[in-house]
Amino acid sequence: MIMAKPKKAEEIISRVKDFSRVLVAGCKGCVAICEAGGQKEVEVLASAMRIHFSQIGKRIEIDEVSLSRQCDKEYLQELADSIDSYDAVISLACGAGVQFLTEMYGEKPVFPGVDTCFIGVTEEQGVWSERCQACGNCMLGETGGICPITRCSKRMLNGPCGGSENGKCEISLLVGRDVACGWHLIYERLKKLGELERFRRPSEDKDWTASRDGGPRQIIRKDVRP
Amino acid sequence: MSATTPSRLEKIIAAGHLAVTSECGPPRNGDPEVVSRKAELLRNHVDAINVTDNQTAVVRQCSLASCIRIKLLGLEPVLQMVTRDRNRIAIQSDLLGATSFGVHNILCLTGDHQRFGDHPTSANVFDMDSTRLIQTVRMMRDEGRLLGGHQMEEGRPQMFIGAAENPFADPFEIRVLRLAKKVAAGAQFIQTQCIYNMEKFKLWMKQVRDEGLHEKVAVLAGITPIKTVGMAKYMKNKVPGIDVPEAVIKRIAGVPKENQAEEGIKLCLEQIEELKEEEGIMGFHIMAIEWEEKVPEIVERAGLFPRPAVNGSE
Ligand code: SF4
Repeated sequence: MIMAKPKKAEEIISRVKDFSRVLVAGCKGCVAICEAGGQKEVEVLASAMRIHFSQIGKRIEIDEVSLSRQCDKEYLQELADSIDSYDAVISLACGAGVQFLTEMYGEKPVFPGVDTCFIGVTEEQGVWSERCQACGNCMLGETGGICPITRCSKRMLNGPCGGSENGKCEISLLVGRDVACGWHLIYERLKKLGELERFRRPSEDKDWTASRDGGPRQIIRKDVRP
Repeated sequence: MSATTPSRLEKIIAAGHLAVTSECGPPRNGDPEVVSRKAELLRNHVDAINVTDNQTAVVRQCSLASCIRIKLLGLEPVLQMVTRDRNRIAIQSDLLGATSFGVHNILCLTGDHQRFGDHPTSANVFDMDSTRLIQTVRMMRDEGRLLGGHQMEEGRPQMFIGAAENPFADPFEIRVLRLAKKVAAGAQFIQTQCIYNMEKFKLWMKQVRDEGLHEKVAVLAGITPIKTVGMAKYMKNKVPGIDVPEAVIKRIAGVPKENQAEEGIKLCLEQIEELKEEEGIMGFHIMAIEWEEKVPEIVERAGLFPRPAVNGSE
């Protein structure tokens, strides 16, 4: 799932302070699950904005909506009738949603209400961690189901480096929390699977064309095209 | 092991001498004198001089330019290269440039994460890692091919290929496997992380021998003299992957401040003496961090002076 975190209300407020009708548009997809851009967060942000503007004596109308998803035209279509009555939209969807909304309603200023962070998992309530970098060329089958591209800070393919200590990545000292060394995890896992032999083989070069290095990506599948 | 490149370091090792290397950190400015000065200090006392590559991710004069400078002084550089800052295009290009100046030694590294350095907000590259870099150099040298497939008719790198290894990093069990992988990739010499925990180092060396790796790769033991007890504590607590046992700290702390540097030198001389006896140790890599002027003294007191002459080295 795509993980995001709410932007500071001040930043959002400063973007829309000169408009008189603003729509706060949430998304019931990933960003709702990670409690950054769902209906609840829409309510919280909209009330914070109303309080702020009323305190400074500014009249600004703020409406709320939450779409099933903002990465599908079908759901964005729901805004077609009402969008013209707003001067601007704050989208609490991920970066994809914000952009798709922008593409669909070309005239409207759209501002992001969250910072889109990564593809990850809910480890426990309020703790989300990265698991995938969408490199476009999954190698989890080689590495015991643990991704070195994502979980090694240097995306090494033949790790661990010399900075791995007690299962922690060398960057732990700097980021102020324990970051697991991806290669320590891979090693433990391969050992458990009895597949340590895999580790002995030096890797090939990674083909990064399917990653961001290859330019904006697209999947076209003839089999599911109408 | 018989020498196959013009590398003086390789010849020294092939002739069965204990090799001595040291390193020189370029300055954080464009001063042309610093590297020359540091290299001159080492002229008669080491076989080759490593030049660090933006070590700890702090911007410094570039390793390649400094290696060329050292080469022009008639000395033998070891080009340290990290994959943190270069993709495979830049890596191969730098290797060809180094080749054109007759740089015959390379130390292949992945590099410290950039968050350690003076540009923590920069992007990193990591198109490949150290193991893959080793393979790349070997392919360019032995097959005359670039990664993209281009065949070089002339001007192949002629490099003695090295790598670093840290016997003190975790998980310990994987360290020798990882060395084996680097050797399989083409590493011919290894410079280890600086050694303070002798017991652990010897355990590692035993595993190296059990795997037969000591016959395939020359292990140069990393030695760094401790200047003050503060430095020892800093390395223990702040530098990932360095193992400074409590006993070492106690020993340095146990002498008055003005004698701590000498105590540190004594400690490293004892280590060298002990390691000379260790099967598979083919030399020493003496890294006197910002204390390069001490290296000649250490080499002399360790009985590693004068350095042997080898035939045919440039
Ligand atoms: S410590 Fe582990 S996770 Fe961190 S960079 Fe090194 S190998 Fe990668």
